[in-house]
Amino acid sequence: MVSDTPTRDAWVLGPEGLAALMEALVDAGYRVVGPTVRDGAIVLDDITSAKELPHGWTTEQEAATYRLERRGDEQVFGWAVGPHSWKKELFPSRVRLFRSAGAASAGAPTIEEDPPPAKPLALFGARSCDLHAIAVQDRVFLGGPYVERDYAQRRRDAFVVAVNCGVPGGTCFCVSMGTGPRSEGGYDLALTEVLEGGRRYLVEVGSERGRELLEALPVQPATDEDVSASLRVTDEAARRMGRELDTVGLPELLARNREHPRFEDVAERCLTCGNCVLACPTCFCSSVEEVNDLTDGSAERWRVWDTCFSIDHSYIHGGSIRRSAHSRYRQWLTHKFGTWFDQFGTSGCVGCGRCITWCPVGIDVTEELAAIRASDGEVERANA
Amino acid sequence: MAPLPYRVRSRSQETADTWTLELDPLGEPVIPRAGQFDMLYAFGVGEVPISTSGAHEGDGRLTHTIRAVGPVTRALCAADEDAVVGVRGPFGNEWPLAGAVGGDLLVVAGGIGLAPLRPAIRHALAHRGDFGTVSVLLGARTPADLLFVGEVEGWRSRLDAEVDVTVDAAAVGWHGRVGLVTTLIPGAPVDPATATALVCGPEIMMEFVVGALLERGLPIERIWLSMERNMRCGVGHCGHCQLGPKLICRDGPVFRADEMMQLLEVREL
Amino acid sequence: MQTLDELIASSPVFAGMPAEYLTLVAGCAQNAGFEEGALLFREGDVADTFYLVRRGRVAFELHTPDRGGLVIETADSGDVVGWSWLFPPFRAHFDARAVEEVRAIAFDGACLRGKCEEDPRLGYELMQRFAQVMIDRLQHTRFRLLDVYGGVGVS
Repeated sequence: MVSDTPTRDAWVLGPEGLAALMEALVDAGYRVVGPTVRDGAIVLDDITSAKELPHGWTTEQEAATYRLERRGDEQVFGWAVGPHSWKKELFPSRVRLFRSAGAASAGAPTIEEDPPPAKPLALFGARSCDLHAIAVQDRVFLGGPYVERDYAQRRRDAFVVAVNCGVPGGTCFCVSMGTGPRSEGGYDLALTEVLEGGRRYLVEVGSERGRELLEALPVQPATDEDVSASLRVTDEAARRMGRELDTVGLPELLARNREHPRFEDVAERCLTCGNCVLACPTCFCSSVEEVNDLTDGSAERWRVWDTCFSIDHSYIHGGSIRRSAHSRYRQWLTHKFGTWFDQFGTSGCVGCGRCITWCPVGIDVTEELAAIRASDGEVERANA
Repeated sequence: MAPLPYRVRSRSQETADTWTLELDPLGEPVIPRAGQFDMLYAFGVGEVPISTSGAHEGDGRLTHTIRAVGPVTRALCAADEDAVVGVRGPFGNEWPLAGAVGGDLLVVAGGIGLAPLRPAIRHALAHRGDFGTVSVLLGARTPADLLFVGEVEGWRSRLDAEVDVTVDAAAVGWHGRVGLVTTLIPGAPVDPATATALVCGPEIMMEFVVGALLERGLPIERIWLSMERNMRCGVGHCGHCQLGPKLICRDGPVFRADEMMQLLEVREL
Repeated sequence: MQTLDELIASSPVFAGMPAEYLTLVAGCAQNAGFEEGALLFREGDVADTFYLVRRGRVAFELHTPDRGGLVIETADSGDVVGWSWLFPPFRAHFDARAVEEVRAIAFDGACLRGKCEEDPRLGYELMQRFAQVMIDRLQHTRFRLLDVYGGVGVS
């Protein structure tokens, strides 16, 4: 129950409070998607009760390594992000753009676009890096002269419950990218799991909608000690980053090193499998598929995920521009850390570390970028 | 963004593999300007970006010249009169004709590259007093591959336009030039001090043409290219049309040569 | 009305040549004219004459049994026609035909070769200039091999 007005808009939920929060979201008509254990990983899936959250689990992450392990305690969020990101909900891998009927010669075919999903989405447990990733995709899909209709629909009504990180992963580098571990905005409510002094959740309000939902919850006003304890959680997380990256002048560095021999080096390891693209929360390339019904002449257009690692990605009549693994890896890396700035005004990377964890051969973007920086200007020459 | 329905008003064959479609709107019109492109949709087959090859005065009629090189373009080129196609657009930017006013205009077109340039040439000839000398240089593979032959002959027979044509090879009996289109540049009757060059054709041809134009003394800031890359959406969302920092659909397809040349020098970019 | 010497000196291929060599070269030159359709030389002919086109257009033709005659290059005002006079076996590699009335300057290649033997420096000057012509033609031809336009094909 919300009673006094506290000095900061922060409240505390007890350990049973998560269940109340979950119920409140379900009762308010949201489709709740949150972390849960499945298939040996902590994935994002539909959940309806707090029991489905990953109580007492953690993950061991390194390059090409992800291991789910039991914790010694009951921390619910004591792990770093898994293979899924929120793009699977806001920018699903397959979306129908429209249906057309009666496309025969006589008369105009009707084109029908799909309505928004019936239930608005509640993102339960979004980490700061992932909130930044959503903001990055917002700029791509909503920030230009054309708005991506489907993304806008899903995004508009989505309720965001952020979780500030206490347990970073071996491949995390949000601190280097300025994207965490604590969320500064972009949420309706933000939780910090505090263990010191008994497991409880600091709840910060980020919007009117968040405040309204809070009123249904069994919260107490947060004391200064609650707030300090929560800050210690994220400060500690910030000190234990698994990776770091020097981002000073990075876009310029990449622009002047397009022919750096390191790309050839990576190409010998890179399988162009695109796992990094799948796991990355900001990668947004898509393609379209036309699906026909031969019997009634109706057709559908679907938007599907695509990857710049595919040879087809750069196909123009006659052939593909980026044929070699070298050129495709370079495209991905230099777009993510360099030309994304030219195109959308921000970095494309949020330091979540997924690409490092999920690369089957363990290619580490922080290592590759550091190597290019260390030999800035080096060019492969036949007679060098 | 859903395609708008358009009806095929006419279809004419230009060369063995190229057709020009004229389309009329069944609903809302799409009005591209010279240099811009539309996404043309063959229902159930797919969509491709095609430059406008005949910008009209706003009645919504579209003219697109299409080379049949894949399933979608083949379907479009086979569309009968009254068939319905989908159109999204107009996308991209325009040829900088306003900026070229007051000087000579040099248009260099290679192969199908003449199609996106035709609206610019027509505009210049329709506003003849805005420009100095108007010189059109055309290159094609063989005489049979020359586009818009009748219209080009019309330009040539005007007293106030210069047209020069060359082909890569020809059968004996061709009395025109045989050789690279770059060989036409030294003799083009324009003043490098005032001329703006508009160039369109295969990428490597454009690179050589830029070199020849620079040798002729045109400043790189007055040379413009129309670029092409794989496109799925046309609106800056699908990520396919990137060329380094540029999105061809949003920042182009028309680019000033200095923005492009450094990027074109990097292989497989 | 320009003299032969002036015409030769102002042509791209001989531009900048030292005056005494220009005189030597001009000494081996005379005016020539061809009607539309006339052959300047035929493939296989002894290549003792080369031409500098003053006016009109010359087509370089190759004949193949199955596809008939193909025009592989044309030369216009200021262009050189023929370089086989410089290199053994001194035979023309293609037909050169006037596709319209042509006015040209004809050079006696055999005479010039003799002068080059006497003064190798003249030989070097001519080699450099004709090598440049060949390099340009080769680069252009290589570029056309890329077949960048695609399309129907010569028919």
